[in-house]
Amino acid sequence: MKLVVAYIKNFKLDDVKDALKKAGVSGMTVSDVLGFGRQSGQTEVYRGAEYNVDFIPKVRIEVIVGDDMVAPTVDAIEVSARTGDIGDGKIAVLDVGEIVRIRTGERGVDAL
Amino acid sequence: MAAGDIAWVLMSSALVLFMTPGLALFYGGMVRAKNVLNMLMMNFFTISIVTIVWVAVGYSIAFGGDGGGVIGTFNDVGLSGLAGEDLLFAMFQLTFAIITPALISGAVAGRMKFTAWVMFTALWAVLVYPVVAHWAWEGWLLDLGAIDFAGGLVVHINAGVAALALVIVLGPRKGFGREAFRPHSLPLTLLGTGILWFGWFGFNAGSAFAANDLAVNAMVTTQIGASLGALGWVLAEWRKTGAPTTLGAASGAIAGLVAITPAAGFVGPGSAFVFGLAAGVLCYGAVSLKFRFGYDDSLDVVGVHLVGGIVGSLLLGVLAQASINGVDGALYGNIELLWFQFVGVIAVLAFSFVVSWLIATVVDRTVGLRSEQNDELEGLDIALHEERAYILTESR
Repeated sequence: MKLVVAYIKNFKLDDVKDALKKAGVSGMTVSDVLGFGRQSGQTEVYRGAEYNVDFIPKVRIEVIVGDDMVAPTVDAIEVSARTGDIGDGKIAVLDVGEIVRIRTGERGVDAL
Repeated sequence: MAAGDIAWVLMSSALVLFMTPGLALFYGGMVRAKNVLNMLMMNFFTISIVTIVWVAVGYSIAFGGDGGGVIGTFNDVGLSGLAGEDLLFAMFQLTFAIITPALISGAVAGRMKFTAWVMFTALWAVLVYPVVAHWAWEGWLLDLGAIDFAGGLVVHINAGVAALALVIVLGPRKGFGREAFRPHSLPLTLLGTGILWFGWFGFNAGSAFAANDLAVNAMVTTQIGASLGALGWVLAEWRKTGAPTTLGAASGAIAGLVAITPAAGFVGPGSAFVFGLAAGVLCYGAVSLKFRFGYDDSLDVVGVHLVGGIVGSLLLGVLAQASINGVDGALYGNIELLWFQFVGVIAVLAFSFVVSWLIATVVDRTVGLRSEQNDELEGLDIALHEERAYILTESR
C-alpha cells in the first residue's frame, strides 16, 4: 500500500478529484496549505507598503491506494493538475505500514 | 428650539455614536487576526469610559461657561441643572468626545495593555479633549477668529497628534518595519468605512445644530469630500504601485471626510472637491512617513487624521466663503483667516502633544503602557481578553 501526496494549484482541485474518481480511487483527503517552491512568493500592497509574501496557498491531497493502483493514481493527478506553468506542484509516493478501518476493524487492503 | 431642529440633533447624536463601532470595524479589519478583539474592545469600551467622564466633568470643562477663554467652569458637573436644548447639546457633544480618543486606538494596535488604555482615555477625556473643545468652540481660538465647523482642530488634529505622542512613549511593535503586518479582513474595514461615512452626516450636518440650510450644505460637502478623497487616494496609489486597492479607497474616503470636517459649513460644494482630492493625495503620501521616521503608528492615525485635519483646517483659511456662513478666506480677500487657522493648528498641535505625552508617561510609570512581550507575540485577544475572534474549526 502507498500514500500518494500531491501539492497542487487550488483551482485544479475539482479536475484532480474527477480524474481520481474516474481512475477508481475510493477516497481522498484534502487540506489547505501554504508553501513555496520555484514559483516563490507574491507581492501584496497595503497603504503603499509592499510586502513580499513567501508562502502562497496550495492544496494538499492525500490518497491511500493498493500497490496495483499507484501508477493510475499518480498518472491521474499528473495529467489533471498540469497547467504547464510554474507552480503546478509535486507528487510524492510513500510506503504505508498498516491501514485500519475504525468502524469494522478491518486491516490492510481490505480497509481501503 | 423647534421640533424639527430637536429631531435632527437627536438623530445626529445617534449617527455620531454609531461611528465609534464603525471605527472599531474599520480598525479591526486592519489588524492581525490575533489582535482584532483587543482593537474592537478599545473602541467599544471608550464609549463607556468617556460617557462617565463627560457627564461627570468633561462637558463642564468644555462648555460650562468660560474661565478666561482657556477652560470652562465646574458649574455643570454631573450635567446637573441642564435640560432641553442644553442637555441635547451635551448629548450631541458627548458623541464627539467619545470618538476622538477612540481614533487614537488605531495607532497603538497590538501592543498596549488594556488597563493602560483605560487610564489613558479617561485622563485624556478630562485633560485634553474638553480643553481643546473649549478653545475652538467657546474660548480664545474662537474669539481670535479661527473657525472649526465640526472638529478639524478639536477631533482630528487633536487625536492625530495625541496618537503620535502616545506611540513615541509606547514604542514600536516587535518586528515593525521588517515583518508584514497585513490587514486580516478588509471586508470588515470596508463595512466600518461605510458606517463611518454614514455617521459622518450626523457629525458634520448635525454640527449646524439645526435642521436648516447650513445642515444641508454640510451634508452635501461631506458627501463630496468623502468621494473625492477616495478618488484621490486610489489614483495616487494606482499610479505609484500599480493597483487600485480597497484599503486605498476606504482610507481615502476617511481622509476626505477628515479634511472636510472643519469646513463642511463654511465652504460650498465646488470647494469641497478641492478638500477631498487634496486630502486623498496628501494623506496617501503621508502614511509612508512612519517608516521613514521610525514611529509605529500602526493604522495611520497620524497620516490620515493629523495630516487630513491640517490640510482641511488650512485649506479652510483659503476657501471659506461668506456666502455660505459669514466668513471669507484668503481667496476671497480675507488673508487674516489663514493666519488664524494657522494659529489654531499650531496651538492644538502643541497643547495636545505635550499633555498627551505627559499622560502617556505617567501611565507608563504607574501601570505600564506596554503589554508583556509574550502577550504581544501570542496575540492580545487570548492574552488580555481570554477570547478568540474566529473559531473556524472543531479541533482548535
